[in-house]
Amino acid sequence: MHENLFKINEKEYILPGSRACQGCGLSIAYRYILKALRENTIVAIPPSCLCVLHGLYPNTSVTVPALNITFAGNAASASGIVAALTALNRPDITVLALSGDGGTYDIGIQSLSGAAERNTDFIFACYDNEAYMNTGTQRSGATPMGAVTTTTPVLTKKDHKKDFIRIMEAHNIPYIATVSPAYPIDLYEKFVKAKRIKGTRYIQIDTPCPPGWGYPAKDTVKIGKLAVETGIFPLLEIEDGKLRLTGRSNTLSVKGKRMPIIHYVERQMRFRKMSIEQLNQLQSWVDKRWNDFTNRADN
Amino acid sequence: MSEIRIITGNEAAALAVTLCEPKVVAAYPITPQTKISELLSMYVETGTLKAEYVRVESEHSALTVLISASTVGARVFTATSSNGLLYMHEQLHWAAGSRLPIVMCCVNRGVGAPWSIFNDQQDSMSQRDTGWIQLYCRDNQEIIDTVIQAYRIAEQVYIPTMVCYDGFVLSHTMMPVEIPEAAQVKNFLPPYRPHTFLDPERPRTINPVFFPWRRENAEGVLCDGYMEMRYKLQRDFDTSLEVIEDVNVQYTDLFGRNYGGLIWEYQTGDADIFVTGMGSIAQEATLAVDALREEGIKIGVVGIRSFRPFPKEKLIHAFSRARIIIVFQKAISYGNEGGLSTEVKAALYGSGIDAPVHDYIAGLGGRDVKTRELIAAIRDTLERSGGGDCKNKTTWLNCHRG
Repeated sequence: MHENLFKINEKEYILPGSRACQGCGLSIAYRYILKALRENTIVAIPPSCLCVLHGLYPNTSVTVPALNITFAGNAASASGIVAALTALNRPDITVLALSGDGGTYDIGIQSLSGAAERNTDFIFACYDNEAYMNTGTQRSGATPMGAVTTTTPVLTKKDHKKDFIRIMEAHNIPYIATVSPAYPIDLYEKFVKAKRIKGTRYIQIDTPCPPGWGYPAKDTVKIGKLAVETGIFPLLEIEDGKLRLTGRSNTLSVKGKRMPIIHYVERQMRFRKMSIEQLNQLQSWVDKRWNDFTNRADN
Repeated sequence: MSEIRIITGNEAAALAVTLCEPKVVAAYPITPQTKISELLSMYVETGTLKAEYVRVESEHSALTVLISASTVGARVFTATSSNGLLYMHEQLHWAAGSRLPIVMCCVNRGVGAPWSIFNDQQDSMSQRDTGWIQLYCRDNQEIIDTVIQAYRIAEQVYIPTMVCYDGFVLSHTMMPVEIPEAAQVKNFLPPYRPHTFLDPERPRTINPVFFPWRRENAEGVLCDGYMEMRYKLQRDFDTSLEVIEDVNVQYTDLFGRNYGGLIWEYQTGDADIFVTGMGSIAQEATLAVDALREEGIKIGVVGIRSFRPFPKEKLIHAFSRARIIIVFQKAISYGNEGGLSTEVKAALYGSGIDAPVHDYIAGLGGRDVKTRELIAAIRDTLERSGGGDCKNKTTWLNCHRG
């Protein structure tokens, strides 16, 4: 067992009985996020799978305070929480806005961009399950090329995923990281680190989704690992403009044994209608991005 | 001693806000509201107002910031106009459903398309059903006093409150205004006590998903469903009718200025012809009444200060001797008539008052409404009524209909 496992906060902040789906990648990620941020945390929630995970009134399985808000406004909601905590002189509370890819890449981008430009003192984490999963797998700006969704049911998604890391980098915020629930120690350590940094911190969570991606619920960790092994989802952090690959991605960049994307694609029903051309385009997109990151990496 | 200054409506609003000491302000500039956000920025930067000012990127975010700040326990303020208010629409409902005593100034402006920066009341009137109290002001003194009252009302019934006043007509027009003393305002307005804290000491998930039925909590206690919460908002709107009156009485005792609470009356003692409206157009109508009374016409004005809650009982009482009612309004409910006329007619239904209600649409997009035009409209109405014509006719005042 990895020695760092013993460093992880033992306390559980999500009680049994959450309403998330079986094998939900968000459930694993959220569990470790709250272990890292601990009890003195307020969570801002837009309508999304997280809203479902929190449960139906009057019961919740989550033991930190949380505020639901409308879809477009989660980062503004967090800004309001931060402003009031500052005004009421309670600066020791960590504010986490946790949105899905819709609430980040698409309908949520305006308020997130505004909050980041103001360098609002909060963590914005995007659990990216690469489509509007809470409404039943519709295409989002985060959906990868070649994926079938219920709004790209026949021809699949024609466009590449929006590169949100670069968008957030352009805001010159102090900390950006990517994490995966398949690598919980890496995830935990990045949230612990983010908690100590002032200003806007952005963390993107690769969030495998059994019903949306079309794989057996038992394989969430396996799919998460394949995303990293193939390089479609590199684990990294960017501090003050300096990019560093972390964990398995760092090892891969040094030893150079990245798997072809087909190993990731073939295990997910969402790619069942992908053409060979699309597969090649996706591979090129992954390779280019991977090379950009490894060339920049300052390990 | 309180001080008298010659100031615009927007400055009156900003000074009132400063006296109420909100902890968080967030606003996005839009004409004709902009000056409020500029003044409050300056008050915050110079330390006159000790608050966090969040310079948001949209009106939607402005109200979102306030919803969350209010949930943490801060008194809050924003201001907007026109399309800015419409951009907040979703959050207007959210604020009311969350039962947060947010106070907002809506500096009334016409709504696009086509663009108009000038005054009418289509913006706030089209937000009628969002669950906000709406109070309309006649002049700059009433603006400063109503903002202070609005916090007291909102924080008593936990309903967000919109203080509406006419763009340019009031917002950019200077008038002498008595500035209330800070100590007296403190005395009148107790500190904000939130009904629910967002606090790690007492964790809870606020505003989660509700199912249609009532459900038990972990202790087996049956809790409200969505519909019970909606009922309670409506019930507290009923309570707010008394609260608005009561707050006005207390304000009058302390500051010596009386706005009538829900409605105000002018020369109604012996009147049987009534003009009604909201905001500056109703104030303008008092001048028309002065002129017509010189001709011996028994006419008065009933000004509607509170559009929501709508003061049905008060109006039935005020109109009890009415032979003719004339409504002047700066908004239209397309496909029907002026929304205020509909409300007045509905209030009178079954009351035994069968006076015709004449519907006038006036001053849209800033078209000037002069006293003489109101006088001419009233005269025309009286002539038509004499001939028995009247009931369901909408007249577009001073509008070319060729």
